[in-house]
Amino acid sequence: MIPELGHFMLSLALSVACVQAVVPLIGAIRGHSNWIALATPTARIQFFLLLAAFIILTHAFLTNDFSVAYVAQNSNTALPLAYRLSAVWGAHEGSLLLWVLILSGWTYAVTIFDEGLPPRFSALVISVLGAVSIGFLSFMLFTSNPFNRLIPAVADGGDLNPLLQDPGLIIHPPILYLGYVGSSVAFAFAIAALIQGRITAQAARWIRPWAIATWIFLTLGIALGSWWAYYELGWGGWWFWDPVENASFMPWLLGTALIHSLAVTEKRGAFKNWTVLLALATFALSLLGTFLVRSGVLTSVHAFATDPGRGIFILALLGTVIGGSLILYAWRGPSTFAGGNYEPISREVFLLLNSSLLAVATATVLLGTLYPLALEALGLGKISVGPPYFNVVFSAVMLPLIAILGIGQFSRWKSDSPQRLVQRLAYPFSAAVAATAIMMIMLGGQKVIAAGVGIGFAMWVIATTLFGIRERCHGRRHPWFIIFNLPRAFVGQCIAHIGFACTIIGVVVTSFYSIDEHQRLAPGDSAEIGGYEFLFVGLRTYTGPNYQSTEGNFELRRDGRFITTLKPEKRLYHVRNMPMTEAGIAPGFTRDLYVSLGEPLEGNAWSVRMHFKPFVRWIWLGALLMACGGFIAMFDTRLRSPKAVRTVAIIKASNVDP
Amino acid sequence: MRYVIPLGVFIVLVTLLAIGLRLDPSYVPSPLIDKPMPSFELPDLANEAELLTNSDIIGKPHLLNVWASWCAACRTEHPLLMTLAQSGETPILGLNYKDARDDALAWLERHGDPYARTVFDHAGKLGLDLGVYGVPETFLIDSEGVIRYKQIGPITSDILESIIEPMLEGLGGKK
Repeated sequence: MIPELGHFMLSLALSVACVQAVVPLIGAIRGHSNWIALATPTARIQFFLLLAAFIILTHAFLTNDFSVAYVAQNSNTALPLAYRLSAVWGAHEGSLLLWVLILSGWTYAVTIFDEGLPPRFSALVISVLGAVSIGFLSFMLFTSNPFNRLIPAVADGGDLNPLLQDPGLIIHPPILYLGYVGSSVAFAFAIAALIQGRITAQAARWIRPWAIATWIFLTLGIALGSWWAYYELGWGGWWFWDPVENASFMPWLLGTALIHSLAVTEKRGAFKNWTVLLALATFALSLLGTFLVRSGVLTSVHAFATDPGRGIFILALLGTVIGGSLILYAWRGPSTFAGGNYEPISREVFLLLNSSLLAVATATVLLGTLYPLALEALGLGKISVGPPYFNVVFSAVMLPLIAILGIGQFSRWKSDSPQRLVQRLAYPFSAAVAATAIMMIMLGGQKVIAAGVGIGFAMWVIATTLFGIRERCHGRRHPWFIIFNLPRAFVGQCIAHIGFACTIIGVVVTSFYSIDEHQRLAPGDSAEIGGYEFLFVGLRTYTGPNYQSTEGNFELRRDGRFITTLKPEKRLYHVRNMPMTEAGIAPGFTRDLYVSLGEPLEGNAWSVRMHFKPFVRWIWLGALLMACGGFIAMFDTRLRSPKAVRTVAIIKASNVDP
Repeated sequence: MRYVIPLGVFIVLVTLLAIGLRLDPSYVPSPLIDKPMPSFELPDLANEAELLTNSDIIGKPHLLNVWASWCAACRTEHPLLMTLAQSGETPILGLNYKDARDDALAWLERHGDPYARTVFDHAGKLGLDLGVYGVPETFLIDSEGVIRYKQIGPITSDILESIIEPMLEGLGGKK
């Protein structure tokens, strides 16, 4: 009975979403204020209905209700409680429910924080979000209902995919979804702007924190996924250019371009069409990501739930939503955008160059992801595009981007002189060269030049950021006092850029200086990697809640000094009969040591993989700093100051729409 | 004009995806097609003492089905194999892949045994020679012992009717 209630909630939510999408839209176009007034309550009711449905599904998992097909497929009585909760979004149907719940959550947030917007504009935004919700709710109700019954019920369920039975995977999907779905707010904003036929500076200012919040979640979600792959998949990689990874990376790249382009639109009134197009494209790629994961057009480690019927539905949804918005863009765009004047050497231009480079980077990733599919669709055979393509092409786009990032940080809005820039940049340039030289002497090794280029670009970012801060404080009476009173947007920008540099350093050093060894070891044997000794002490077996584990015991030493014990495991999950690897990792600020068990060999020996991974943590540390920077920038007082609100109020009062 | 460009790019993309949707992502052309079956000499699953070799499948078209008791997807194609076996037209040679003998025998007992014989490939050696990367996989081998078709993943009745049966008819395996 309770699951039927959940089903009913979903149907109700769909009907409410229809009202939310249609009535405020007509109200905003015709100017009926009581129709506009329906936007907020419908959005909120939809949220509570979906929340109720989500709680009901969670309840079914908690009570092991195996008469619900989705629960029966993805849970088991032996599954630990935390994983029974995360199993709610562990497969297709439940993760869709999470998707729409998060969408309605974002809409709810819009209804709370829309006081700075003209009511018509905010009604349009909420109506567009309602329309997106209609699409996904019908997708769920017609093709993937999580409340479908399984009659007769089974005695015990099929268990959650063991790959997902991991603390990192409890939070990775919700955070990534917050990012994916969050891009719908910027999308709705862009559509509303196109319908209204203009973007005001106030509206651009209003959307910035939303775009940044979306970007923060995407950053964290991707970093979590990468970290999870590193310790869970057992071979020490942290990025695979897997189609589904790319699917999350592309909206991130465009989202990054969007927040930078938005800054120009808001401050200088320029690039309005580019900003709107980026907002549309970011959401389009989020939807495309959903399509790639759900439809099964691409094979990938992530492709759970492949079903052509669902694929057709999502493609139709993608075509309607994005095709429709691009038609709107082609129709209304030319009359919507005007304004902004700037010289060829100015911060605007550097930002435009970089957001274009990010779009190019996105296009190369998209090309590499879809190229095999394109060839196959044209009947030209089956190929794979792998890391060699992505690494080369992607770095080729990133290097000019990083160079421009440094220059852009130093340039002035509107107009700047090349002489001044060259003069100003001489100091950070020398500092970056010196820092790189020192770091390369410390690292040594064979591939000094290639690694040095990568490190050098990272140092360039750090140096220009630090000198940029100095320039801001220079000449003030109390530079140290000033540094704590810098605008938050600027502080956030600096932290995020330094985080970006940290990630580059992590990527470069790990790529060039990692040592991987694959050896046959029996208890008592030891191996030496990167100056560290791995001593294989022995093995034990133990029984976990729903798996059987063989756990190795390795002692890690350096120069005979004991450092720590590593315990890599090989687990066999009973229900799905799936073997899983748990790596043993000794983490460190400048290096990780990593051991994982391969296959048992004859006798007592095992094939063992050992890695020395310098600076690998910096990859995720950098991502954390980027997210922190975004978080600080989001709360810039200027984006939310009483003055801003007052200006909006004045404009609202004087802005009587025709 | 430039405002229409994104729409054009998008239309191309959607067309591509629509075609892609009709393709089977698990289809991988096998370099083994039209090559002779790799030679093997492995014990029979039910009778350890007996060795099965290539000569056991010469003379009549066979289906070679790679399966394991730990393979969940093998269960989905199993009823189809049972019907096929009951019609008795084409013998199915089982290849029990990286499995434990007791588990495999228990699995056959519980679900039924569609196989004329089953090769017990505990170490996965023949599987390696056949390029098996996902279980189940099914190979169509003609009466000369040449591989003519490879199916990765479970057989569906669609594939059986549209690909395997016509090919078998062409090979004279069906009366």
